[in-house]
Amino acid sequence: MSQVLHTPPRTRTRAEAPQDLAALAARHGLSVSGARPSLPQYVRQLWARRHFISAFATAKLTAQYSQAKLGQVWQVMTPLLNAAVYYFIFGVLLQTKKGVPDYIPFLVTGVFVWTFTQSSIMAGTRAISGNIGLVRALHFPRAALPISFCLQQLQQLLFSMAALVIILLVVGVPPAASWVLAVPALLLQFVFNAGVSMILARLGAKTPDIAQLMPFFLRTWMYVSGVMWSIDNLLSKHQDLPVWADDVLRANPAAVYIDLMRFALIDSFHASQLPPHVWAWATGWALLAGVGGFIYFWKAEETYGRG
Amino acid sequence: MADNAKLTEPTDEPDPTVVVDGVDIVYRVNGTSGGRGSATAALNRILRRKQADKAAGVRTVHAVKNVSFVAYKGEAIGLIGTNGSGKSTLLKAVAGLLPVERGKIYTDGQPSLLGVNAALMGDLTGERNVYLGGLAMGMSREQIKERYQEIVDFSGINEKGDFISLPMRTYSSGMGSRLRFSIAAAKDHDVLLIDEALSTGDARFQARSAERIQEMRAHAGTVFLVSHSNAAIRDTCDRVLWLERGELRMDGPTEEVMQAYEAFTGGAKKKPAPKPAA
Repeated sequence: MSQVLHTPPRTRTRAEAPQDLAALAARHGLSVSGARPSLPQYVRQLWARRHFISAFATAKLTAQYSQAKLGQVWQVMTPLLNAAVYYFIFGVLLQTKKGVPDYIPFLVTGVFVWTFTQSSIMAGTRAISGNIGLVRALHFPRAALPISFCLQQLQQLLFSMAALVIILLVVGVPPAASWVLAVPALLLQFVFNAGVSMILARLGAKTPDIAQLMPFFLRTWMYVSGVMWSIDNLLSKHQDLPVWADDVLRANPAAVYIDLMRFALIDSFHASQLPPHVWAWATGWALLAGVGGFIYFWKAEETYGRG
Repeated sequence: MADNAKLTEPTDEPDPTVVVDGVDIVYRVNGTSGGRGSATAALNRILRRKQADKAAGVRTVHAVKNVSFVAYKGEAIGLIGTNGSGKSTLLKAVAGLLPVERGKIYTDGQPSLLGVNAALMGDLTGERNVYLGGLAMGMSREQIKERYQEIVDFSGINEKGDFISLPMRTYSSGMGSRLRFSIAAAKDHDVLLIDEALSTGDARFQARSAERIQEMRAHAGTVFLVSHSNAAIRDTCDRVLWLERGELRMDGPTEEVMQAYEAFTGGAKKKPAPKPAA
């Protein structure tokens, strides 16, 4: 009977409907819509969307400066200007450079590598909450978003590295075979960034306020990561620091990745300045954050998009 | 009820493609404190948690209330209702894009919404957007390459010059929506969900897109159409669900429901106040 009901047709089959409809669905092999796929399935889905991930990252990167007159030149200009500002403040005004040879490459490497982690995490925090329209319109494994944003930051960093190579050559640091080490270091850092981004993407999807707190947390993290100063110098100057402070400063993932990159690119930055077991630390952080972050993100897959 | 009879006889029943079982959908909106300063409201929220939810600016919008229905293979189902009655919300839940608060939705295959707007970027050229949109819908690069010319021709973007190589933000709104529809319509779907897609572009493009939707209907198992155009519903659908204030008010053959709906919207002079749902 199809007539206008002024009360909802709740009377209909409320009592029996659940079993009936569920049984009907089961009989015909229907699956629950919006259910979370298993982890291996999720990985497969994500792999199937790899082209979307890279296309989305590149599109975001290109779109960033498309309205500017100089266009894509800003990809290199922005990191160079950033480096100039930091050099002026920390190298000229505050004289942090005392005791650090090749201070300009030292500083610029630190700034670029740190910016990679910082912007990946910032973008990750907003990856779901800032793209709710996309999440509510299309099907794709949601991890594609934080990973794509990290990939965009990696592409951005490659432009910065091009700028860095120019600076290195201008300052007179000779090209060396150790430059190749930058590649594994970057890959490990990328995995680490993606993992942390996924953790924050889940947190940020539930509580968008996290995005307001992150800048403060990240700035604090930056100042203890030896971006503008040498952890090694500090520790040799202050022998009275407790051992745990020493360990924490050296095991800090940001410091690990920054120092690895300096070691790879700057010949006056010696292996002795690196924390002990640095590659183990770099790999460990990458695996811990990458695998842990991925699983943590996947656990809430079906809830993304709830407004 | 027509489909109730179907439920009780398990033998020779048609194939269901979508089973919606007692579904409730609730939106939670932060920061909508009425009147009071939102900082105090937020503090209130933290201090007093649940009891203060309403006063402190978390509002819940109960967009869909206890809706159940079964859709079968080959059906084209229209969703009607006044603004804010929960049609689009229900559609998104069927697509698995919006989590349900209570109840379950079972589907055969992956229902997809017709629309890629959210994936496209105005700063990129039409060409890059065709690729980006296609990839976002889950097509492979090869599939897109194969269909690229078809998509561009269908949109008619290049009829007035080489617009496909210009950024999409330079398009007129009509051109933009034509390209968006063309990209979205390039993929075949099992269960197709269409939200007011028929009203884009000029008359010529509307005719073409209606034709394309009929074509997609033939390929898809089941089609859902949300529209405020009664004519479009009558043309396309053989069954109509009427939602009002989130409740399923009527479910039956198109003409029967449409007449009741028209009597409701036309007869009752003032429409019920639209709810603030999406």
